[in-house]
Amino acid sequence: MSRGWILALACLLGSGDVTGEVIHREKSLYQNIEIQQKGDDRCLVFAVRRDDRRQSCFDTENPDRVVFSYVRMTFGGLLLQPNPSSILIVGLGGGTLPTALNQLYPKAQIDVVEIDAAVVRVAEGFFNFKANDQLNVAVQDARVFIKRATRLGSQYDLVILDAFTGEYIPEHLMTREFLEETRSVLSEGGVLVANTFSSSKLYDYESNTYRAVFNDFFNFKLPASGNRVIIARPAGLPNRQTLETNARALAPGLKRFGVAIESFPRYLNTRADWDQTAPILTDQFSPANLLKNR
Amino acid sequence: MRRGMSDEQIETKLQRIGWLVLLLAFTSGFIIMSVELLGGRILAPYFGSSIYVWGSIISIFMVALAIGYLIGGRLSINQPNLGLYGLFFLLAAIGLLPIVFFADHAMDAVFSAIDDPRYGSLLASTILFFIPTALLGMIAPYSVRLMVDNTRHSGQVAGGLYFVSTLGSALGTLLTSFYLVLWFDMNTILITMVAVLLLAGSLAIAFNRKRS
Repeated sequence: MSRGWILALACLLGSGDVTGEVIHREKSLYQNIEIQQKGDDRCLVFAVRRDDRRQSCFDTENPDRVVFSYVRMTFGGLLLQPNPSSILIVGLGGGTLPTALNQLYPKAQIDVVEIDAAVVRVAEGFFNFKANDQLNVAVQDARVFIKRATRLGSQYDLVILDAFTGEYIPEHLMTREFLEETRSVLSEGGVLVANTFSSSKLYDYESNTYRAVFNDFFNFKLPASGNRVIIARPAGLPNRQTLETNARALAPGLKRFGVAIESFPRYLNTRADWDQTAPILTDQFSPANLLKNR
Repeated sequence: MRRGMSDEQIETKLQRIGWLVLLLAFTSGFIIMSVELLGGRILAPYFGSSIYVWGSIISIFMVALAIGYLIGGRLSINQPNLGLYGLFFLLAAIGLLPIVFFADHAMDAVFSAIDDPRYGSLLASTILFFIPTALLGMIAPYSVRLMVDNTRHSGQVAGGLYFVSTLGSALGTLLTSFYLVLWFDMNTILITMVAVLLLAGSLAIAFNRKRS
């Protein structure tokens, strides 16, 4: 998650709400992991510093409720692909999203790629995350997983990129080449959803990179939320009417997760609100972590 | 070319080129670490950026440097001269070129052959970085030999050379990670380093000619 939207979130929540009681803390190979509990909300926090970042939260009393607006926004991808039979999710977090999708689509094959084995343990231990026959977790670097998937000819109806955790950005998951590989594991009509950066110079670079690979995409932003979710489909984007029809069909199933999908279509637009002259990110040039602070 | 010279003559001559040796040792230190740092970037598209990818890169650089030290030291026994020293730089420059032109092919083949990204990255690091790094490693002991004129000061000279080349390494790491990757494509950085090595080698060879 990007610093920009965390700040926005912190503002929304009020600073007093951010820190809870720490119920678990561990250092993994890749990050410091902390579990905080505040009332019913339990949060997985990476890169703990004075300015807290809540990575993934869930409501222990009402585990279906999706606490974060960016996670709710991710369901917007379903408007273009209402019935996916295979789903790839990059980045596990607390496992909220894969669990919800597994409940929504019990027959769909869901693969989750997470680089940090400690995150998987924590998701299982504190967030009720459970893998099953339809829901697999691979502890692996996503670039390696997806490149391997291109060789194996794997295809996914829905790919969700959610590997951007704020403190350190995996730069090899930001490049044109990576997005091309990701595009090639999309099935016919397959949809890519990416939770990305909404502030700093990186927003411009990243937007242009997605444009270079996917042409027009929905640049999904909700008012009162600092997030931006990219929704792309190589086969072309549907019109407003299709989106609204799909939203009506999806709404009953998504209600228990607190996702107001019927309000989404009007915010899906392809307008470029970034600097279109910014260079794109490639395997040769991807200083994402340096750009983030500019 | 030096067969007619006494050992003493050689020593006097070599002392005068101390500044050049220091400059070139600095350059090689800079380039070793800059390439090592870029190594992580080069391997990431095929093997990810997990901790073991860095493990592969760092261990291969260490082994290559170790072997380079051994060979460079051995070659410094007889008739140490700037000509051979310059040749190390030229060869290292050539050794870097495959990283620019064949890295993708090599990594593609390794990726197809080996499933486990730990061993994949280890093999890819060996293929891409071993030879140029070993060649760059030969420079260090040879620099010591070029500058040492007596046993009493040999430790001091070696210390001074380590000082300069390690500072070069620090600067190479810092500049590459802070600025160069922000300003340039990786291949542009690598080609520039090839050019710098060619220039360094030519400089040493030119001095060797002039003085012999």
